[in-house]
Amino acid sequence: MSMTQTQKILARHARLDAVRAGQLILADLDLVLGNDITAPVAIREFGKFGKAAVFDRDKVALVPDHFTPNKDIKAAEQCACLRAFAREQAITNYFDVGRVGIEHALLPEKGLVTAGDCIIGADSHTCTYGALGAFSTGVGSTDMACGMATGQAWFKVPSAIRFVLEGRLPQHVSGKDVILHIIGLIGVDGARYQSMEFTGPGVAALSIDDRFTIANMAIEAGAKNGIFPVDNQTRDYLREVGAREPVIEAADDDAVYEATHTIDLGSLRPTVSFPHLPSNTRTIDAVGEVKIDQVVIGSCTNGRLSDLRIAAEILKGRTVAPHVRVIIFPATQKIWLQAMEEGLFRIFVEAGCAVSTPTCGPCLGGHMGILAAGERAVATTNRNFVGRMGHVESEVYLANPAVAAASAVTGYLTDPATLETV
Amino acid sequence: MTVKGTVFKYGDNVDTDVIIPARYLNTSDAAELALHCMEDIDASFVKRVRAGDIIVANRNFGCGSSREHAPIAIKASGVSCVIAATFARIFYRNALNIGLPILECPEAAAAIAAGDAVSVDIATGVITDITTGATFQSEPFPPFMQQLIAAGGLAPYMAAQQRTVD
Repeated sequence: MSMTQTQKILARHARLDAVRAGQLILADLDLVLGNDITAPVAIREFGKFGKAAVFDRDKVALVPDHFTPNKDIKAAEQCACLRAFAREQAITNYFDVGRVGIEHALLPEKGLVTAGDCIIGADSHTCTYGALGAFSTGVGSTDMACGMATGQAWFKVPSAIRFVLEGRLPQHVSGKDVILHIIGLIGVDGARYQSMEFTGPGVAALSIDDRFTIANMAIEAGAKNGIFPVDNQTRDYLREVGAREPVIEAADDDAVYEATHTIDLGSLRPTVSFPHLPSNTRTIDAVGEVKIDQVVIGSCTNGRLSDLRIAAEILKGRTVAPHVRVIIFPATQKIWLQAMEEGLFRIFVEAGCAVSTPTCGPCLGGHMGILAAGERAVATTNRNFVGRMGHVESEVYLANPAVAAASAVTGYLTDPATLETV
Repeated sequence: MTVKGTVFKYGDNVDTDVIIPARYLNTSDAAELALHCMEDIDASFVKRVRAGDIIVANRNFGCGSSREHAPIAIKASGVSCVIAATFARIFYRNALNIGLPILECPEAAAAIAAGDAVSVDIATGVITDITTGATFQSEPFPPFMQQLIAAGGLAPYMAAQQRTVD
């Protein structure tokens, strides 16, 4: 029976020769993830299962990254709950402040994800690891608790939409623009319950970081997962981070897709999602005059070293507009150190940006950059729902790091290509 | 099991950030979360909602984050059932996993108005708009899911199953 890449991974983890779309399966898990928002609920539910220990202390990852460093007493209590559980269960992959990073940047960097894995995480952006050819999907706290207790999760096998990528990205266009363009095309529920399988000759020209960004936002189209084929770049990345031996699954040539979209990467423009849905996209040429108050560069979507380099290239020798606040969030401690050693922080600080320790904080309106009523932010994050970054009357414009940095300089949504040379 | 209440009606893409804003996620206490349920889409919801009331919405209800706090807040606010044309997949799992019945029924989602009195037979999937007299058939839950909902969610259901095995 012909299968998609996702279906092959699920079949193997369900110990079946084949699966078909719509089939309910019980699959073995390679990793179960939770953070300081979702894990406390999971830990409470875990207590109800009557199990003394997690199924495998090496296959549970606890990453307090959302409201850390602890933003208030209640957040501190939630982190304390996580810490106590991690110690009691001797969880191998628990990362506290000083070692922690944003979970979806951190786990791949630590070599905890490999191609062919089946992973659940109590965080919707767990779909990020599809960049490495893994099946990974977001679940809630109860599913996380069940996963920690049994090492398994049930799934309805998804059908798939195929995105055939062709050509190469032009200057100032990145993985962010690819996924925003696609979400604009199919809508925030355009891939609901389905896999988004990215394929075609254009994949080879996308960096692993671009693939992380694209897979990361599959959830914003309602998808169960987004996944890339495994190529030499993937193998090199996995080797470099010391990941487990990959199991490489490829879609069958005659795999069935509900729809196929061909995307010419060379034709894409920097793309911005206007409030209040990621699907509300416009190219940078059609944004009009949008005055902004804040710029956030970071998150599990765009907080990697390549993103910081792009921002630094634009901010070098320029200064942030007087009415704008810019906050930069390297996604992990390793990225932070590399950015510092490369001199990126000097560029950021001289331009007038604040550089933060890794945290999810502002992306979800938690802390470290909350918006007041009427304020507008350009953010390299992933959601622009009502009230997402603060006051219910604030606005978030999603963009790539180049657009965010250029907008920081002018104080308006700006095409980086239009900045005057310095 | 039949539930009955007054309808709160919403549109497409009601996301988890408006169901329970992240600024309140520094707690997982259900009663505390319920105090802020639907705050960013309907500030009067918490004041008006009564035990048994029903939320009816259009497409993609619960899209966005995986926070189980969203169905927890809805359930703890007294809502007995959510009916929508479609649900986002993580929300769908989460709601059932905590024992909040949710039904997909595009016809009911389109026809039922805010303020209508509605009853839902969870066993048969029949939705009745008492105000207009209209009835709608949604797909009934299989028996195990009805037991899971009655038990109050996946964890208590599994614990009960475990006790039966033991």
